[in-house]
Parts: sequence; structure tokens; C-alpha cells
Amino acid sequence: MFALDPMLEGDVLWTPLIIVVLKVLVVFVVGLVATMLMVWFERKVIAGMQNRIGPNKAGPFGLLQTLADGIKLFFKEDLLPRRSDRFVFALAPFLAFVPAFLSFAIIPLGGDFRDGNDGLVTWFGVETRVQLADPHVGVLFALAISSIAVYGIMLAGWSSGSKYPLLGSVRASAQMVSYEAALGLSLASVLLVAGTLSTSGIVSAQATLTDWHLVSTGIVPFVIFLIAATAELNRPPFDLVEAEQELVGGFNTEYSSIRFALFYLAEFMNTVSMSALIVTLFFGGPQPISFNGVTLDIPFVPNGLEGTIWLLLKVLVFLYVYVWFRATLPRLRYDQLMDLGWKVLIPGSLGWFLLLAAQRLARDLGWNIFVATAGSVVVLGVCYALMLAAFATSNKTRESQGVQF
Amino acid sequence: MQLIVFVLASLMMILGAVGVVTRKNPVHAALSLVLTLFGVAVHFVSLEAYFLAAVQIIVYAGAIVVLFLFVIMLLGVDKAEDISTEPLVTQRWLAGVAGLGLLGLLVVAVARGADVLTTRSEGLATEAENASGDANIQQLARSVFGDYVVAFELTSVLLVVAVVGTVMLARKRTAGEA
Repeated sequence: MFALDPMLEGDVLWTPLIIVVLKVLVVFVVGLVATMLMVWFERKVIAGMQNRIGPNKAGPFGLLQTLADGIKLFFKEDLLPRRSDRFVFALAPFLAFVPAFLSFAIIPLGGDFRDGNDGLVTWFGVETRVQLADPHVGVLFALAISSIAVYGIMLAGWSSGSKYPLLGSVRASAQMVSYEAALGLSLASVLLVAGTLSTSGIVSAQATLTDWHLVSTGIVPFVIFLIAATAELNRPPFDLVEAEQELVGGFNTEYSSIRFALFYLAEFMNTVSMSALIVTLFFGGPQPISFNGVTLDIPFVPNGLEGTIWLLLKVLVFLYVYVWFRATLPRLRYDQLMDLGWKVLIPGSLGWFLLLAAQRLARDLGWNIFVATAGSVVVLGVCYALMLAAFATSNKTRESQGVQF
Repeated sequence: MQLIVFVLASLMMILGAVGVVTRKNPVHAALSLVLTLFGVAVHFVSLEAYFLAAVQIIVYAGAIVVLFLFVIMLLGVDKAEDISTEPLVTQRWLAGVAGLGLLGLLVVAVARGADVLTTRSEGLATEAENASGDANIQQLARSVFGDYVVAFELTSVLLVVAVVGTVMLARKRTAGEA
């Protein structure tokens, strides 16, 4: 009733139940360990980029630095500001933490998708998928979770009863609602090409390199998704929520101890699961790299396990990209952020989606695909010109009226 | 199983709804509203309307209430309201009468329509199609973009008109303009 997983159909039996419990445990632990390593990875890589050494004391290569930090945070004093809203202040870290883990649940973490296999594996005589849940709404679940994630940040800032966190949370709500539209619209292009919402279905549809949605949707939706996802994660260059130079510490200024640790954890967990989502949507998830009938196969490893290795490698690339962004790009100004979101990304993703839809329609109805594409491009060009004219007019009016508040 | 889910989700909704009315702090009231919306989403899932559940969360909980909170925070009206003086003297009585009337209407409607689902209609024939996970979306798309496409387009025009109207109303008139 709740999932497409063949294991969960029929009566409740002991083996499937144990497998589900095991999956939950594994996903949770993998999430925590991935977060821990991600914090270390980010500090180490960014240190390398800035010609520093980075953490190197705790454990080999400083690997246990995060663990040490976590233990330290556990034992610090838990402060409750006097002007805070107690209940909401205590609730907010969990509202940030829980969605971060939930979105990891729908990522296919492995399984054999090659040669038309649908990624099912057999564990203890039960057919199942290597992912915690494959809900009917698939990636919409990820969208829903990322839209819920804003509550943690927003309420944390508001309930602190202090002005800098409040400014941070007002920024957070506006930013995340704005970029969610671009995120959803670029996702729509992928769904149009894949023809299904389920994450495992989306992975199955990307068997060869040319089927990867990066290629088959054109590169534009991927670029827009990557930018919007970065903004959704509040990572640099979109980290206006916690702009240290302007807002002291941002939304989490008043937080200390374990509550602060939860925000920190949620942020890095979100980065990991968003990278995994990007890989699932655009880079074939656990699919191996395969082009023109030649598949890059890792020898001596069963295909089911190989998927996990491929996923890991691809996710690592994106984690590196996020760290790279942070080390390279300066933070946007608030008006630039809003301009980019509303005037570039949303019209861009919408236009591209319409173009893909027109091509799809042309193919289904047997029209000449080049004529259809050219026609759509002309129409979109006219729309773009109209939009530019509207921007120019509004700018002119604003300048002639001077600054108004 | 179905009954347990129903009771829990309904409890969520009722608690949330009571919270919206009784909490004095607007932010708390908005959070109670989120609880209610989640309860509705749970009901949708248990009725196998997965797409509606997802959209319920994305649009209502994820966007609309966030905008409410944004406005509340931006305007700084997040203090508990003083409601000891009433702007309209008889409004509590009138609200009571209207509430009772609505309750009566609902009770009559439910009592008279009790057999709608069982005898008068067969419901949607979804069983066969639900084998694939995307049946929900296909059916919705067929009604929204097929059977009711005109109404759908007109609604979007209406929304645009509403937005333009709001912007016109909210815009400050400067000297020299009509």
C-alpha cells in the first residue's frame, strides 16, 4: 500500500520486517558517518585550496576531528536565551535535522540496474530494492522534504528573540521559497524525459551515457538544478542565512551545545543527500558508465555491489564541487540573489521545460521535430524579448521615482 | 490499520485546528496550521492519493505557511495579541451562531449523503491502474489537462488577475500619476 517495493506486498512477515529495520539502521548510520566524513572532507579540501594544513591531530589525517568536535559540543553548556520562545527554540533543531535524514531514504543506494535489470536484489530469499523506501510520489517526496526543511532555520531565527537571527531567518524563508520553484521546474524536465516519478524508475531510464538525463534533457536543467540546490542548501555562495560579516552567526547565533550540533549535522547531511539526489536524477545513480555498448566494469565485484561503488564515486564528485564552490565564489548580495532566482533561473527552467515538451509532442504526433523546435525557439525568443522589455520598463520607472520605502 | 491511521491523522488535524484558533501568538497559530495540513496529507496517503499528499505538503506546508510566517516576521506582529477590547461588539455572539449553523448544515449533509460512496457511485476505477506508481498522476493529468482544461486555464488567468490587482492596490501613488 505504501511502496512499490515488491517485498512489502502481501502479509506482514518476519523476514521483510527485519530487512526493513536493518535498512533503516543502515541508512541512518551511513548518513551519520557520511556527514562526519563530509565535515572532515570539506575542512581538509578547503584547507588544501587555501594552502593550509587543515585538521590533522585527531586520528589518522585528522579523520576523527568531527567526532572530537561532536563530543565537545555534547558537553558544552546548553544556553536558553531569556527572550526566546522556549518551545519553538527547542523544537527548531529537530525540524532541521529530521528532514535532512528523510530525504536520504528515497535514494537508490545500489543494486543492479544494467542490461534492463530493474535494480531488484534478493536478500534472504526476498526481492527488494537497495533503498529505504520507494514511495509512489518518488522525487516529489524529496521536493516536499526540502520545502519542509526551511522551518528549522526559520523558526530557529525567530524563536531566538534576537535581531540578527531574525534577519537570517527572514532571508532563509524568502530564499528557500524562491529557489524551490526553480528546483521544481528543472526537476520537471527530468520527469518529462524519464516518464516516471519513482527514483528507481528514473535510474533505470539512464542505462547508457547518452541516456543520462544530464545529456537527454540538455545540460540546462542540470545547471539550474545545481544552482537552485546550492541555494536550497544555504551553502556558499548562497549562504546569506548565516552571513558572518553581516549577521554575527546568522540564524544559529543564539544556539550552543548539542542544539547547534544538530543544525551543523543537518546542513552537512543535506549536502550529502542533495548530491546523491543530483546523481540519481542526472548521472544515472548506481548505473555504471556505459557508452556505445562498452560498459566500464569493475572486475571481480558483483554487479549489485558495483552500483554502490559507482554511486559513491559520483556523489564524491559533487561533494567536491560543493566544497570548491565554497572556496571559490564570493557570496551574492541579497538583491542579486533574488534577481538570479526570479529573473534568470525560473524563466530559464520554465522555457527549457516547454521546449522539451514541444519536442516530445512533435515526436508523439509525428511532426517534423526540427520545425517544431525552431517554432518553439521563436516563440520563447519573443517571450524573452517581452520579459526584457518589462524589466527595462520597471527599471526606468524605479529610477525616475527615486528610492521609495 | 486503516482505522488507527484515520484516528491519529484526525487527532492531528483537530489539535492543529484548535491550536490555530486558541493560540495567541501568530507564529504558534501558523505552526498549528502546519500540523493540520500534515494531518490532511496523512489522510490523502491512506486514501491512496499520493500525489495530492505530496502536493499538499509542497504547496501548503512548504510554501503558503512559510509565506505567512515570512509576513508575520517581516511586519513584526509576532507578539501575543491583546483581544480584551472588541472592535465589533457582537462578533462573538454572531460567530457562535454562524458556527452552530455551519455545524448543523454539515451534520445534515453528512446524514443525507451517507450512501454516496457505497450505492450512488462506483468511485474511480483505480485498482487495476494502481499497479504502476504513476497512476495517480496520469488520472489527475487526464482530468486537469483533458476534461477540465478550460476551467483550469481560466483559473490561472484569474490568479494572474488577482496578483496584478494586488500589486496595483499595494503600489504607492506618487504625485503626477493618476
